[in-house]
Amino acid sequence: MEAIIISVLKQAMIAGTPLLLGTVGEIICERSGILNLGVEGVMSVGAVVAFIVTYTTGHPWLGFIAAVAAGMAISLIHAFASITLQANQVVSGLALTMIGLGFSGMLGKPYVGKPLTIKINSFAIPYLSDIPVAGQVLFNQTPFFYMSVILALAAWFFLERTRPGIQVRSTGENPQATETQGVNVSLIRYMSVIAGGAFSAMAGAHLSTSYSSSWIEGMTAGRGWIVIALTIFSLWNPVRAIWVSFLFGGIFVLQYLLQPLGISPNFLAMLPYVATLVILLVISLKDSKRLNAPAMLGEPYKRGER
Amino acid sequence: MFKIRITGRKTITPLRSFMTNVSALAAGLVAVSIIFLFCGANPFFAIGKIFSGSFGSIYGIKETITKAIPLILIGSGLALAFRAKFWNIGAEGQLLLGAAFGTWTGLAWGSVLPSYIIIPLMFTAGFVGGALCGLIPAVLKVKFSINEVISTLMLNYICAEFITMLIVGPWKGKARFGFPGTDNLPASALLGVIPGSRIHYATLIIALLSAVVLCVIVYKTRFGYNVRVIGENPDAGRYAGIDFFKTSLIVMAVSGGAAGIAGVGEVAGIHHYLGYPDAISSGYGFTAIIVAWLAKLNPLYTIFSGIFFAGIMVGGDAIQISLGLPAATVDIVNGTLLVFLIMGDFFLKNKAVIRNR
Repeated sequence: MEAIIISVLKQAMIAGTPLLLGTVGEIICERSGILNLGVEGVMSVGAVVAFIVTYTTGHPWLGFIAAVAAGMAISLIHAFASITLQANQVVSGLALTMIGLGFSGMLGKPYVGKPLTIKINSFAIPYLSDIPVAGQVLFNQTPFFYMSVILALAAWFFLERTRPGIQVRSTGENPQATETQGVNVSLIRYMSVIAGGAFSAMAGAHLSTSYSSSWIEGMTAGRGWIVIALTIFSLWNPVRAIWVSFLFGGIFVLQYLLQPLGISPNFLAMLPYVATLVILLVISLKDSKRLNAPAMLGEPYKRGER
Repeated sequence: MFKIRITGRKTITPLRSFMTNVSALAAGLVAVSIIFLFCGANPFFAIGKIFSGSFGSIYGIKETITKAIPLILIGSGLALAFRAKFWNIGAEGQLLLGAAFGTWTGLAWGSVLPSYIIIPLMFTAGFVGGALCGLIPAVLKVKFSINEVISTLMLNYICAEFITMLIVGPWKGKARFGFPGTDNLPASALLGVIPGSRIHYATLIIALLSAVVLCVIVYKTRFGYNVRVIGENPDAGRYAGIDFFKTSLIVMAVSGGAAGIAGVGEVAGIHHYLGYPDAISSGYGFTAIIVAWLAKLNPLYTIFSGIFFAGIMVGGDAIQISLGLPAATVDIVNGTLLVFLIMGDFFLKNKAVIRNR
């Protein structure tokens, strides 16, 4: 029994890792006032680039770096359209998703079905992994897991305790006032969108080089969209994003757990999406007054206008 | 020193609007060429092939019109929804649920009712199915302030899994020998096609009517006025006492219903049975977003933008075969054109003045 519990919890952590990475990235981006609906596309690009580079060079960490670079580069599309050209962020984000999914499908076509011989394996932290249950669940994990938690904490520290972090937040709350403080609003927003892209790409790299170690089209399976919902669920707080994401990882794992009971696998596959809606409903019933969304989320900023 | 100054444009003429769109598309195609080059395909050949494959032959034109039917239907509905700033990204799910409702109606009564009764019934059922799927996010948005982009997207996944569950489970046809999918619709429940093509004209007529009627509604009725006010200035709308809930419900019922009708057309006109979701839709719900955007959210213009993007879909199939490019290529083309269209909007609203000083 204990072995099953450990295995389920461990799987939940693994399934939650890309969600956490993506959510932290989207939180940074949205805190600066930019809604980025391109996460699904960027994640997909991250996955394919990480896979291709790992496959051809044999170095998964090289693949990881390449994925992050690619994620940052392709996010520039959304940054340019929504910041410089003040375009509608919903449409621009959708365009980024289309381009990202298309680009990854095109690049990845020759690699479909090829297994990765080398992948990013789990790594037990000495001593800590000997703790009963928690040791196996939390300290005998893939580097992506450790990284996601550390980055989430770092993002919280950055946003709440550092000067650039405060500038990011105030850009999302009141760009006019921020600009009068001598802060370059556009630059802050560009940086935030690019950072968000880097996080989404990491999530993708986790999927293709650690979680499944293969590439197929559509392997992100809507995780990029779930991330956008989790951003709301975590009330734009990276620390809250940690448990929110792993809770959702648990829902992903629940699918496989319930399958032997004879429930239709398609019915179970709906679970994460239904859970997303249910959770948004619960927050809106409970927290509607203190939803905490950045005031200028989705609003383009025009210099010199009030 | 040269200095570029960006200033707002006071008036936007229809001609300028049209020319901006055309130049945005042209610039978009240049960008697409660069991507093709990057992927090792000859861009002139590839883009030439896209347009010769879709508009360059009688067969291509027929296929283009066939694919334009769902795009015009969904696009005109989305144009209405987007006018109200209701970001319905769930047309894919609405199409599927409409297809399921229509198929069920056709299978249940198609063998006992004559065509002229069963086909209108199926379209009605499809409208109801799509509308139901569209109403959920409308209620969630207005009553619970849940972001409609997320709810409509989640419903896409839920509907797709739901349809798959039906066709591998309770709805699996006896004549399918264990393969997923419903039985074929009875002959009276099938839509007639223009001979020698796959153009199911009944749905085509509904699509064209939808574009015209929705255009009249948007620009000539009080309801359409309310929709535009809600989209452009919600505070003014609230002050004027516009009922947001009612308006959102109607907008989403129409938008979802139009997608549902498109779903019935695909099943009863082309596939003749309900199969896997990605076989039935092939991304119409997403492409229709760009169709609506290129039409500048005017339902009437979706006729033209629908045909244009149907052409890209058909041409995309052609280059897949001749250049061995993956299906995803069309997504890149679509996404890139969308980016350039929204960039074009910037130059429509602003002008750049280069000064020598």
